[in-house]
Amino acid sequence: MPDMKVVVCAKQIPDPAAPPLIRPDTHTLDRTGKLILDDSDSYGVEMALQLAGGADDEVTLVSMAPNGETAGLRTALAMGATRAVLISDDALLGSDALGTAKVLAAAIRPIQPDLVIAATESTDGYTGTMPVQLAELLGLPSVTFAKGVAIDGSTVKVQRQTEAGYDDVECPLPAVVTVTAGVVEPRYPSFKGIMAARSKPIDVLTLADLGLAPADVGAAGARQEVTQVSEAEARTAGEIVEDDGEGAQRILAFLEQLKVI
Amino acid sequence: MDFEEDETHVAIAEAIRSLCAKFDDDYWASCEAEHRFPWDFYQLIAQGGWLGIAIPEQYGGGGRGISEAAIVLKEVAASGAGMNGCSAVHLTIFGLNPVVRFGNERLKSEFLPRAAAGDLHVAFGVTEPDAGTDTSRIATRAEPDGRGGYIVRGRKIWTTKALESQVVLLLVRTGGEGFKGLSLLLADLDPRYVDIRPIPKMGRNAVASCEVAYDDLPVEGWRLVGKEGEGWKYLLHGLNPERILLSAESIGIGEAALRRAVSYAKEREVFGRPIGANQAIAHPLAQAHVQLRAAWQLSRYAAWLYDHGRDCGEAANSAKFAAAEAGFFAADRAVQALGGMGYATEYHVERYFREARLQRIVPVSQEMTLNYVAQQVLGLPRSY
Repeated sequence: MPDMKVVVCAKQIPDPAAPPLIRPDTHTLDRTGKLILDDSDSYGVEMALQLAGGADDEVTLVSMAPNGETAGLRTALAMGATRAVLISDDALLGSDALGTAKVLAAAIRPIQPDLVIAATESTDGYTGTMPVQLAELLGLPSVTFAKGVAIDGSTVKVQRQTEAGYDDVECPLPAVVTVTAGVVEPRYPSFKGIMAARSKPIDVLTLADLGLAPADVGAAGARQEVTQVSEAEARTAGEIVEDDGEGAQRILAFLEQLKVI
Repeated sequence: MDFEEDETHVAIAEAIRSLCAKFDDDYWASCEAEHRFPWDFYQLIAQGGWLGIAIPEQYGGGGRGISEAAIVLKEVAASGAGMNGCSAVHLTIFGLNPVVRFGNERLKSEFLPRAAAGDLHVAFGVTEPDAGTDTSRIATRAEPDGRGGYIVRGRKIWTTKALESQVVLLLVRTGGEGFKGLSLLLADLDPRYVDIRPIPKMGRNAVASCEVAYDDLPVEGWRLVGKEGEGWKYLLHGLNPERILLSAESIGIGEAALRRAVSYAKEREVFGRPIGANQAIAHPLAQAHVQLRAAWQLSRYAAWLYDHGRDCGEAANSAKFAAAEAGFFAADRAVQALGGMGYATEYHVERYFREARLQRIVPVSQEMTLNYVAQQVLGLPRSY
């Protein structure tokens, strides 16, 4: 039996460096191309590897993606995660955050983890609601916005990021914790890690394997619909001020007008 | 024919890309300007186990071949690190190949694991002031010390990384004239007997190339690689893979230059439209892309042949020639596309240009590469 079992919710997303493709029918991102590990999840993977780094510990990645895509999971396995569970099913197309939470909860429950780690939000969807929904479905407490995570016996101690600084929060395990990009510095996959990742198990599951009905998830079960997507307004040109000796005053006036000073 | 990309190769390229993203063009420009060895980059590459990628697993390496090493070096160069990044790691990745192939067990077990871990830097001492392309004239001598070892005296030039390295793979004369009198030693760069002076040069200034004087350097007998008189033969085994790796580096520099030029040509507006709309700008950049793609295919093919134990002389030399030309063309056209800004240090393409120029003279000149193809492939008579 492993000593410490940590699950990391790892999302695979279209490369943010490439121009985004929006499906005209669903107004959602086209995810049929190559997907990579969401950068914001690499912090969770690193945190999990640091918390569960013992020989008998286990870090399991849980992910939901179309087309059986595993490239992003291989990256996280190359960083050192033990194994991965991927839920891939055509009926999941159009899932909202709650639908995703239901699927991930069904996949995580049998693992009986000590800790579930997720990013505060994904880099492609940005709803930031999935982890707390997941916690509710699993019947676990949740702590969000962790900038520091430590395990002390059966308690997780979290430094919870706030606008002013951070709160020290304690919570009994098992629990769901969301981590910020400040929590740890993710390692780069090593050559040996990449080679080892090739033979690490990725279990690919369908809705039927999880005992979920297609009507509860995917577009059919979604309670949220994206009605319109529009381009962000282009930034307007700034004001250019020639400094005729009053430049400093003009800057002060401008900042005062913005109420920043 | 199967052009499906190998998943491991894709993963290696992505890993190196993400690691190199930590070191931007400004980092490399400052290493260049300050003549500073890129230690933090080197450490990260070492920690990832990339330096030992082509060293056998039994000695702590990755046990892969030239195909994978070429991918690593191309990605390093393409990140904008160029030859400053590649030369910092190239010799540790590949320099000990003669030891891997022909070295005695003690040499292998003593040095290969340290090279794979990255805490042993290796230099390569072959060229001499009076023996460049005509290596048979090597004059650095290793005389017997009477106890089974050697005393080395002589002068080498263009010994890259001599300042940072603990050991040097040294081509010395132990016998009579010609190639058969040459032997290979893995000698210590012991400052008591070795004087190292960097050679001021046009580019790639983060990694110095040096003039090295050996003044009665003692070398123990077990540091001889293989047998006496076989040194040149051992080096020959490494020539083709070295050409393949340098071709990958040239292509990487070309890609970095092309990326900058394309981005500039899209953004820079003259007469109310981006300059990339002008075919005089666009076509050379498209041509650079075509040439880099073609050279990379040649390079991959040559690496595949080498890793499968096939004769790769024609492919390796062709790849080296094509890649050096493609890389230089891309860098030159990038400078042209950026105009005056292409000449400014701030835009980085002038650094790529200076490094791409180097690739047409190392490890041998383009002319000598063509001599190989002319004589060995086309069967034309030898002129020298």
